[in-house]
Amino acid sequence: MSELIPVIVAKYNYWLYIVLMMIGLYAMIAKNNLVKKLVGMNIFQTSIILFYVSIGCKKGATIPIIHHGIHAGQHAVDPAHYVNPLPHVLMLTAIVVSVSTLGVALALAIKIYNRYKTLEEDEILARLRAQ
Amino acid sequence: MNDHTPALLIILPLLFAFLVSGMAWIKKGLCYPLAAGGSGLCAFFSIRLFAHVLEHGTVQYSLGGWEAPWGIGYHVDLLNGLVLVVVSVLAFINMIATRRAVAAQFPEKEGAFYALYLLFIVGLVGIAATGDLFNLYVLLEVASLTSYGLIALGGGRAPLSSLNYLYMGTIGGCFYLLGVGYLYIMTGSLNMADVASLLPPLYGSSAIWVAFTFCMVGVGVKMAFFPLHVWLPNAYTYAPSAVSSLIAPLMTKVMVYVMIRLMISVFCVDFAFSVLDLGNAMVWLSILAIVMGAALALAQKNLKRMFCYIIVSEIGYMVGGAWLGNPAGMTGAILHILNDALMTICLFLAAGTIHYRINNLDLDQLQGMFRRMPVTMACLVAAGLSIIGVPPTCGFFSKWYLITGALQAGQYGFMAALLFSSLVNVILFFRVIEIGYYGDFHHGRVHGSALETRTEAPAAMLVPLLILSAGLVVMGVFTGTIVTSVIDPVLPAALGRQPLCP
Repeated sequence: MSELIPVIVAKYNYWLYIVLMMIGLYAMIAKNNLVKKLVGMNIFQTSIILFYVSIGCKKGATIPIIHHGIHAGQHAVDPAHYVNPLPHVLMLTAIVVSVSTLGVALALAIKIYNRYKTLEEDEILARLRAQ
Repeated sequence: MNDHTPALLIILPLLFAFLVSGMAWIKKGLCYPLAAGGSGLCAFFSIRLFAHVLEHGTVQYSLGGWEAPWGIGYHVDLLNGLVLVVVSVLAFINMIATRRAVAAQFPEKEGAFYALYLLFIVGLVGIAATGDLFNLYVLLEVASLTSYGLIALGGGRAPLSSLNYLYMGTIGGCFYLLGVGYLYIMTGSLNMADVASLLPPLYGSSAIWVAFTFCMVGVGVKMAFFPLHVWLPNAYTYAPSAVSSLIAPLMTKVMVYVMIRLMISVFCVDFAFSVLDLGNAMVWLSILAIVMGAALALAQKNLKRMFCYIIVSEIGYMVGGAWLGNPAGMTGAILHILNDALMTICLFLAAGTIHYRINNLDLDQLQGMFRRMPVTMACLVAAGLSIIGVPPTCGFFSKWYLITGALQAGQYGFMAALLFSSLVNVILFFRVIEIGYYGDFHHGRVHGSALETRTEAPAAMLVPLLILSAGLVVMGVFTGTIVTSVIDPVLPAALGRQPLCP
């Protein structure tokens, strides 16, 4: 156990994303309500966004903007001083994807609700079986 | 190549999707011609691009002029050139063939339907053309999101099956994204060619192993590889017929292409076969996919649902072929992407045409179909013969390569599974023929009843179907040319070095 704690602390961002991802997956598999499943799906997607954002991070680094000072562009840029902006930019796109997925899913949920008057999966399945 | 054909392939349908959805407010009648124009232009440019690649070799295109490892590069070689042509041409033919069915089924929603249709083409064409791992994820989600919407247009259980597909599809997409994340941590690059050149020193790392697994599971969900297939039958059965004949042939095939692309040009053959030594396990999984797909297809009482399980089984063919680890298997897998797309669109279009006339696809409703719709049923039988693998049709040749590959690799189980599923397909299609041909005799119907009258579908639906069925034989005849001029050059040299018996 004493060896395990430093491993967890050193890589806590990865552990956090795995925990979040498992919560999301659990909700998607185990929940009966279709909207609760959607909430789980969103947690799942957010955990991956968190993972990407955390890998761009560096200790003691600053935002990747070079000042337009007097000597701007005259000295070499050391990447160690700047946070890697690429994962964040990628995640902007991933957030757009996840928002549109959620939008489509909610629209489908409304259609399902109008048809069956419920969002509980077991009730819908029971009604389908009765037909 | 200095011109912008690779970008036009994606931008044109995107632009036309926008125009179509705007046109829906102004003049509904113009939606279809606009959509057909966009799809036709896309098909034209992809054929032109493929011809160019055949003549001058691989095309590299940098979007916005940013060079490849920094910007997004489109990389079109013979393999994705072929997939591009398959996707855009089949989508175009399907749009023409299903016009009547769409107009009859959603007279109010034509604008939305065709806009989604074009966006779906954008997604698939983009997946095939891109040389960037993250760009592939975005386009994958474009294709998936539009297919959720298209499937939900069907009545009855369609929204529920679409939502279930959405849950599974999102998990698949996220797994792929996670795999790309691990690759990015290790290599710092997202360009496929660049990643491939940076990877070999890192082959020992467990992060790369995790990346590969996540990517493969993600792609496996999206292509409905056997244990992950549960979303497919419902989604494709309850979708409107014009949609299932678009999505069923193309989406799963393009995902098989993605798997092959990851195997041969990102992680490379050495990693997949020598470092991980996954070949055996994957071939056994595909044996399971083939056998279970075939067995479940036998249990179905609905024509479209039966075809859905045939797809599950065919996915097993392609995955297994690619993982046999020898040139014959890989050739069979790539050839089968082309052939299976053609066979499946034929099957689903024929099913859609029958549905257009009799509004029911339960097997016991198909009595007397040969007398009522002889041409449609002839096309269905042609596609069925190709699925079974009867020689002049193209299905025979890809199955031949797959079986040759299985023999060379010593995977007799895979060969047995292929033969088993062929036999099951014989039963499946002869059952359809029996019901369609002799069904009414069993019920003692007299001549001159309603089932006797010929109610063939309109020519606008039949001509594309006939062209596709003829294509089945033409592809079969030209298999040799396709293999030597298109598939052989893209096979990685490393495959030849694989030991023939693992």
